[in-house]
Amino acid sequence: MIEKLSLLVVLLPLLGSLIAGFFGKRIGIRGAHTVTILLMSISFFCALAIFKLVVLDGGSFDGTLYTWAVSGSFQLDIGFLIDSLTAIMMVVVMFVATIVHIYSIGYMKGDAGDQRFFCYMSGFTFAMLMLVTANNFLQLFFGWEGVGLVSYLLIGFWYDKESAAVGSLKAFIVNRVGDFGFILGIAAILDYCGSLDYATVFSKLSSLSQTTISIFPHHPWSIITVICILLFIGAMGKSAQMPLHVWLPESMEGPTPISALIHAATMVTAGVFMVARMSPLFELSSVSLSVVMIVGATGALMLGLLAFVENDIKRVIAYSTMSQLGYMMAANGASAFHAGIFHLITHACFKALLFLAAGSVIIAMHHEQDLRKMGNLKKYLPVTYITFLIGALALSAVPPTAGFFSKDAIIDAVRHSTIIGAQYSYWMLLIGAFVTAYYIFRAFFMAFHTAERMDEHTRVHLKEHWIMLLPLILLAIPSLLLGIFVVKPMLYASPGFLGKSITVLPQYNVLAQMATQFPGAWNTIKNCVHTLPFWFSLSGIVSAWITVILLPKMNGFFYRRLSWIRDLLVAQYGFDIFNHWFFTRGTLKMSEFFFHTGDLKVLDAGMVDGSGRGVTRISSLLRKLQSGYLYHYALIMIVGLLGFLVWMIY
Amino acid sequence: MIPLVNYLIVGAILFGLSFVGIIINRRNIIMLMMCIELMLLAVNTNFIAFAQYFADPAGEVFVFFILTVAAVEAAIGLAILVLLYRRTGSIGVREINVLKG
Repeated sequence: MIEKLSLLVVLLPLLGSLIAGFFGKRIGIRGAHTVTILLMSISFFCALAIFKLVVLDGGSFDGTLYTWAVSGSFQLDIGFLIDSLTAIMMVVVMFVATIVHIYSIGYMKGDAGDQRFFCYMSGFTFAMLMLVTANNFLQLFFGWEGVGLVSYLLIGFWYDKESAAVGSLKAFIVNRVGDFGFILGIAAILDYCGSLDYATVFSKLSSLSQTTISIFPHHPWSIITVICILLFIGAMGKSAQMPLHVWLPESMEGPTPISALIHAATMVTAGVFMVARMSPLFELSSVSLSVVMIVGATGALMLGLLAFVENDIKRVIAYSTMSQLGYMMAANGASAFHAGIFHLITHACFKALLFLAAGSVIIAMHHEQDLRKMGNLKKYLPVTYITFLIGALALSAVPPTAGFFSKDAIIDAVRHSTIIGAQYSYWMLLIGAFVTAYYIFRAFFMAFHTAERMDEHTRVHLKEHWIMLLPLILLAIPSLLLGIFVVKPMLYASPGFLGKSITVLPQYNVLAQMATQFPGAWNTIKNCVHTLPFWFSLSGIVSAWITVILLPKMNGFFYRRLSWIRDLLVAQYGFDIFNHWFFTRGTLKMSEFFFHTGDLKVLDAGMVDGSGRGVTRISSLLRKLQSGYLYHYALIMIVGLLGFLVWMIY
Repeated sequence: MIPLVNYLIVGAILFGLSFVGIIINRRNIIMLMMCIELMLLAVNTNFIAFAQYFADPAGEVFVFFILTVAAVEAAIGLAILVLLYRRTGSIGVREINVLKG
């Protein structure tokens, strides 16, 4: 039953994608909408059914559906692992994807590539589902690359816009770096475990904990640490962690529904999901847990800071996404995988909500994304105003929104953690809470309050589209309420929603410690005034209010006084400059060298032309032998015969 | 009884003469063919001498074959020569160097 349902869940979006892609012209725009959204909805309800069967009733499925290839002693299988983690991810993915499909009807109206857009989006959903349902690394990698490919296609959806084409390339290339680590990790697993099946790999791991590998001579590394860090490099690329985050801001060149679906709710969380899925692996290596935590926490603060100086409404939310992904990774590093996944779910709701609300603003403003040209939109876009506010509150972790529960749990978990770097990470995340609240409310106040700065033509046409409001409302509800109802079963109950799908060793089990102090969802809200993160968030909101509404002149003061910080932030810590200087220019230089020296001189002049010239030269020498006179030939023949004679005798 | 060595010396002299004739002859292609015939005869002399020395008639049988082949070769060579003369109007070895590449 579970198997059949999950096949339906996975394959229906593929079917929708194929129909919209191949028969898009024939069925028309309306037909493409109907087909894809209908199939997505069916798939969503099947996902809900799986959620009931697996999470609530405790069923599960792990098996091979199809053997793709057999090579020597190992098989490459396509199979499903449907446990509670997968079931929860399926529901999240299908929920957001279905809503974004509906939203896109309004957002993409009048765009020439409408069917193509729906084809890509359904195709993305398929790849994402393949990723979460995988029961082996190969299929995981397939989904991983599949979502990367569709992300590339969708960032460059408006391919005639140069910034979009460049952005899509950047996303693709930066992801290659991460995927390089990822595939090395998979290769190491295959090498040491002889199998790619999760179950087999995890059962063989304990025997590997003493095995070491010398990457550099005389420095033995635990093989599990090496594998974990390689896999985490993949997660860094996909989940935009420092220093592989540079592609995510560029991905904002794509249509906004894509930013909501791919670059906020689902694809970028694939890294978080993967680390949680590999929890039995990461738990065995405290070094890699520390790496995960420190990278995550650093990103959570530093990437959030970048949003301070950003004036593009979508990019503000993009930086926020990177920062929140940092939170999730930090939770994973603290072995609070449940909290990471919980934040993934709530983040999927409120970040998709924020993006879609921003999309609604952008459409109303006629594709104007600059916050400096907005202002006082609350008068014209009331529903967007309220839903954006809910999203912003959830992002800032203000009780009782969903984000409050998940983010608080993460900060608390990191505080309880005892591995190396936990103290540092705790402070990063805490300051990050202030930063988060500040930048999102700065954007919020700039867009929806303050004086109207748009031109008259835009102002007259400001209005909301009902088909885009429905998804906003649908997402606002879980953003607001999900936390209260889900926090206990998700984090503290045993067995909780995630059941046995996550392994945590007792010495790292911070959530169990927190569970003993958990007073219940309502009391958590009441007690929030006693916790630091709450006050940090609140002060962030208040500071945003002061600097944007109360004393806008203060900005100018800060800009003048702290211009070097501003310059640093505008330059995004120089990652782009460094990448451009080192990698892009270096690659150009190297290709120049290979072109001029390697290709033109060695290959063309030396080998291709050179072989021709060599033949000419040797033959002009040999031609001297061919005099055409019989007596010359006879002489050579006799000399040859004599030579043979001598050779045969001696 | 004439010793074997004498036969061989005669053969070698004949062979050497014909060889030199081939190498240094620059004028007449008929001379060239005669030298080749002479070379074959030198070989024949050797065959006969060894046949007698080892009392093995196979050598003498070989000589008959070689003579036949030499006659055939001379006939074909002369035929070619006639054609060549008709075409180029000359039988000088120096002029026939169209074989060169």
